[in-house]
Amino acid sequence: MGEESIFSELFLERLNYCIYVILLLIGLWAMLAKKNLIKKLIGMSIFQTAIILFYVSIAVKQEATIPIYLPEHDPHGSHGQPSGDESGSQTAGHAHGPLALETEEIKGYANPLPHVLMLTAIVVGVATLGLALALTQRIFQGYGTIEEDELLQKLDRADQRASLSPTTQKKRKGNSRTKATPSVIAKKGGGAKTSLAKNKKTSKNQAKGSIAKSTTGKRQSKAKE
Amino acid sequence: MIGLEIFNTFILLLLVVAAVASLWVRDLLVSAVVFGVYSFLMCLLWAEMGAVDVAFTEATVGAGISTVVLVATIFHLRRKSND
Amino acid sequence: MKILSLIPIIAIGGLLLWAAQDFPKWGDVESPASKSPVSSHFIGKTGVDTEVPNMVTAVLADYRGFDTMFETVVVFIAGMAVLAILKGSTRGNSRRKDHEVEAEPDLIVTNTVRLIVPVIQIFAFYVLAHGHVSPGGGFQGGVLMGASFILIALSWDLEKAVSRFSIERCMIVAALGIVIYGGIGLLSMMLGGEFLDYAELERVLPVSREMARYHAMLGVEIGVGFTVTAIMFALYANLSSEGSLKQGL
Repeated sequence: MGEESIFSELFLERLNYCIYVILLLIGLWAMLAKKNLIKKLIGMSIFQTAIILFYVSIAVKQEATIPIYLPEHDPHGSHGQPSGDESGSQTAGHAHGPLALETEEIKGYANPLPHVLMLTAIVVGVATLGLALALTQRIFQGYGTIEEDELLQKLDRADQRASLSPTTQKKRKGNSRTKATPSVIAKKGGGAKTSLAKNKKTSKNQAKGSIAKSTTGKRQSKAKE
Repeated sequence: MIGLEIFNTFILLLLVVAAVASLWVRDLLVSAVVFGVYSFLMCLLWAEMGAVDVAFTEATVGAGISTVVLVATIFHLRRKSND
Repeated sequence: MKILSLIPIIAIGGLLLWAAQDFPKWGDVESPASKSPVSSHFIGKTGVDTEVPNMVTAVLADYRGFDTMFETVVVFIAGMAVLAILKGSTRGNSRRKDHEVEAEPDLIVTNTVRLIVPVIQIFAFYVLAHGHVSPGGGFQGGVLMGASFILIALSWDLEKAVSRFSIERCMIVAALGIVIYGGIGLLSMMLGGEFLDYAELERVLPVSREMARYHAMLGVEIGVGFTVTAIMFALYANLSSEGSLKQGL
């Protein structure tokens, strides 16, 4: 296959497939590389529409019409015109009534199956987008930022604050003191690994003992701070 | 038929431009609106490809609700994006 | 990070473009997707089986009824999850931003919306009910209906829209939609068929088996419309007010 033919194969006869790949990559790149959470979500939506574009593209048939019956195949006769003889169409319904289509006639309609699959996917897509946006709002309420790098920094700082002053932590938690202690220790274990060098000294001795403890649940109850 | 093909190509290229633009701009509100434009271009493309139901859904959901929901969220966040 | 993420993207893109050469040609009638017996059956037999001219609606609500039912459930669950996430939001709308000014709703906007909302709602009903013979159906009609409430919330304020359609009522309506959908399925099961086998409804409806499927599809679409209407409005109402349901944008 020569250079020319690949070009024509991809960009002239299969431009839709080509564009779907490009859009998919744009969405994927946004999800991976963009720091802003809203940008990530827009990238996710672009990714999703790229997949839908692919599905719709394979449903297309040359010279075919939309997947709604033409008047001659309409189960209820010519739609829109008043059908005078209701009884006549019942008995002699074979003329224009429900009749399975021939293979040649099937070729005249676009493939409805991908359309159906994608129709529900769009609506579910907006519902999940709303869910993701709600989570983003909560993150912003908790941390005051939706930039990924700032978010990680704040998480680290919160880890250090928790590891620095376990007593104040206990005081603030009040009645749930006994429950709070293991999670605070766990936080130290997780935070000390990636913490900045500034407060290393103070957190070191405390973190040493607790590193072996489980790090699960270290991210919970951060939003309270 | 050739007219349809030109239309198809034109919309496909605009789609890529809109997708890149919505990720390029640093103002999130602009980003959301450009994403609405992208959704509507997609809806036009699907209508041209014979998927009328999908196009209708995208016009109401993608260009309508999801833009509004994005704008509603961005209103409560910072408009500025760092990248 | 940006450079690093380009590596998998270029790899995936190369693979996909390479695979794209083997795809069937644009609009090929003989492509595997178009030649498959399932699609041919849907195109050829929809008219005979269900008498619905719009194949997409027939496949959506009848042949693939299970799929659509659980997609509706997914929409419902997503709406509930948004409520659950934003409900305990403490900050709410306590602080207003500087650039906001307390102003009365604009006279021109509110009067235009007053005129336009009934038209949108009638069009939503038309789209829902006429989905059998034209593009449309439960999802589109439901979204349009939800959009009309969002328009009220945008032009006045959220409280006015919520006073018309409270979130509790939203959730009841959304659940009712799924109950309608599942109820039609259960009814057809009780009448001797399988779940969502609408043809059995001919025993309670004075129509033929095909027309029973036609009418049951309308019922199912109404159920979908209920759920989607309520969830779309609940989504907007919660996201625009950070869960407090006051003032909104």
